[in-house]
Amino acid sequence: MSKIILSRREFVYGCAVTGVGLMGTLSSVPVMSAGKITMGFIYVGPRDDYGYNQAHFEGKSALAKLDWAKAVDEENVPETIEAQKTMESMINLDGTQVLFPTSFGYFDPHILAMAKRYPKTTFLHCGGLWDASKHPKNVGSYFGYIDEPVYVSGIVAGYMSKSKKLGFIAAMPIPQVLRNINNFTLAARSVDPAITTTVVFTGSWSNPVKEAEAANSLIDQGLDVLTCHVDSPKVVVESAEKRGIYSCGYHTNVAALAPKGFLTGAEWNWSTLYTSYAEMIRDGKAIPNLVRGGLKENIVKVSPYGASVTPVAKAAADAVIQQFVDGSMVVYKGSIKDNKGREVVATGTQYMQTDIWLESMDWLVEGVVGTV
Amino acid sequence: MLNLRETWFISLSALAVAFVLVGIFFASTGNSAMEVFYSLYRGAFGSWFSWQNTLVRAAPLMLTALCTVIPARVGLIVIGGEGAMVVGGLCAALVGLALAPTSPMIVIAGMALAGALSAGLWIAAVGALKYFRNVNETISSLLLNYIAIAILNFLVVGVLKDPATLNNPSTHAIGEINMIGNMGSSTVHWGLAYGFLVCVGLWILCRHSVFGFAADVVGGNLRAARLAGLPVAKTLLWCCFLGGAAAGLAGMLEIAAIHGRANNSLNAGYGYAGILVAFLARQNPLAVIPYAVLLGGIQASGGLLQRVHELPDAAVYVIQGIIFMVILSSELFYGKFKWLQGKLDQGKT
Repeated sequence: MSKIILSRREFVYGCAVTGVGLMGTLSSVPVMSAGKITMGFIYVGPRDDYGYNQAHFEGKSALAKLDWAKAVDEENVPETIEAQKTMESMINLDGTQVLFPTSFGYFDPHILAMAKRYPKTTFLHCGGLWDASKHPKNVGSYFGYIDEPVYVSGIVAGYMSKSKKLGFIAAMPIPQVLRNINNFTLAARSVDPAITTTVVFTGSWSNPVKEAEAANSLIDQGLDVLTCHVDSPKVVVESAEKRGIYSCGYHTNVAALAPKGFLTGAEWNWSTLYTSYAEMIRDGKAIPNLVRGGLKENIVKVSPYGASVTPVAKAAADAVIQQFVDGSMVVYKGSIKDNKGREVVATGTQYMQTDIWLESMDWLVEGVVGTV
Repeated sequence: MLNLRETWFISLSALAVAFVLVGIFFASTGNSAMEVFYSLYRGAFGSWFSWQNTLVRAAPLMLTALCTVIPARVGLIVIGGEGAMVVGGLCAALVGLALAPTSPMIVIAGMALAGALSAGLWIAAVGALKYFRNVNETISSLLLNYIAIAILNFLVVGVLKDPATLNNPSTHAIGEINMIGNMGSSTVHWGLAYGFLVCVGLWILCRHSVFGFAADVVGGNLRAARLAGLPVAKTLLWCCFLGGAAAGLAGMLEIAAIHGRANNSLNAGYGYAGILVAFLARQNPLAVIPYAVLLGGIQASGGLLQRVHELPDAAVYVIQGIIFMVILSSELFYGKFKWLQGKLDQGKT
């Protein structure tokens, strides 16, 4: 029953409380700290998927280097009662004090049920929006503005595309995904307004067969840059490489999968965040219930540019990164029309990155070929 | 018919052989086989917590296994448990939402009925396609899985979506009050009792009723059944219906006991794991119970294998695969050992 929407006021308040670095909210998560800090990570897919789960695994691996912390993990845990049992097992058998169930679908009902049963354990969830009025105090949520590096990918794609046709293979038409598609397209069209992005929804977070089919059919239509938002970018990036076109990565650095055509990509940088969580626990500091951040906060990053990226494209992309870091970049600034001709952001209106309105996006921007 | 002594001997020997092979596999990963077995035991049955972990995973497997077991009595290989579970869960959620303002008793009863009925008809359609149009039931039931999942996704993202479930499209919730709780002070929900009762009930039906006898005859020899004047079409369709209904109940329980709403989590692979249980149980509804517990236990301890021994999750599939292959191969030995055939059972296997 949890709505993952905060009222705008609550959110702005939450963001305002801590200005620098991580943004925290009013109350804080209680944490036991005795001896070695044990943290448990749960992934919905394999650790080595080149994607969403690997990004978290890389974050967890960074903790393994700390001699005062211990991290255990479990892969391929479905979003069923099994997720609850895995959390319980980590608490009961491994003595885990902090849990990171990283898939969005773990939150309701699984994390909420376990947080009630284990009030002394801290549950930090990736992707959700913790709400003080609805959610237990020992639960928190964190996420990164990955649409910022996606915007940078769009800039590079805009410069590199010759056919002016880009492709985006997406799992589901949910706000997080739509925001990435729109950012990618807005960025590319800021380079050349003639550019279009064709989007294909596969209907599943992990369906390699459909992803390959979509990639090949898009390439057959004459597109020359592909990117994606599915759990693993491997199939899409490899298909693009095989057919000799450019690709932009997602989730992790996938440059090795496409040595010729890889341009750049949007990556998570969970090691920074997870290490800072671990330090907060060690030092007995309060853990903020809500953490959000982008390129500036170092929660996301841009993959190193591929060999084929031209100096002009690099310079333009670097300039945009700089704008994100100094906070002067506003992606959703009117007038913006959706791809049905309706004005969604009026002239003179602008939505900052932190604006909650952007988290309920249900439209595709002008220049996207496809429907929600 | 069944010879209990032979069944026990061959099943247990097969399990023993399987465990030796699994031990070799563990040793090949650089771990001490005994230590890994101890972790398997600790994670699955070593404590009350582990038992609960195992049982809660076994519950849906009992019901989805029946979706393969019951049609197998009439000689059909149905692998549509996943789709039946999705359809049952979806329909149960819809009925639950419609009845939500009434009392919890009515909601649960309505949901169970809706889940069983819809999934029963879903698999009965497989039987009908087979009987009337001679469509291969294995292929059609497999394809129906994809159709069920597509329907679920379509509805959950579309007309049935609760607008508040932004990034995890789901239906509205049936409400905390209408949900099935846990058994006593345990963390195991009542779904386990449902699974147990349905397994026992269908075992009685298969073994001790005219209907069950007719089903065995139809499965054994279709033409003989026809000649004997048995209602072949009816028996076949009913068996498919009952199997589907059991899987539908599993879907209903996922909604009523765990999620409270229908979403993509309904399609979590229980239907496919059920096929494994069904074959391990040699299509016997009663044997489904211990094998579901065994498989639930292996899955429950999968976490420890990952965390303590740093084995990949795939290790669980390797264990399951080895057990599955050995048990299937053991079928070859039925009727081969004279000394195992009791006097009464001689020549009857």
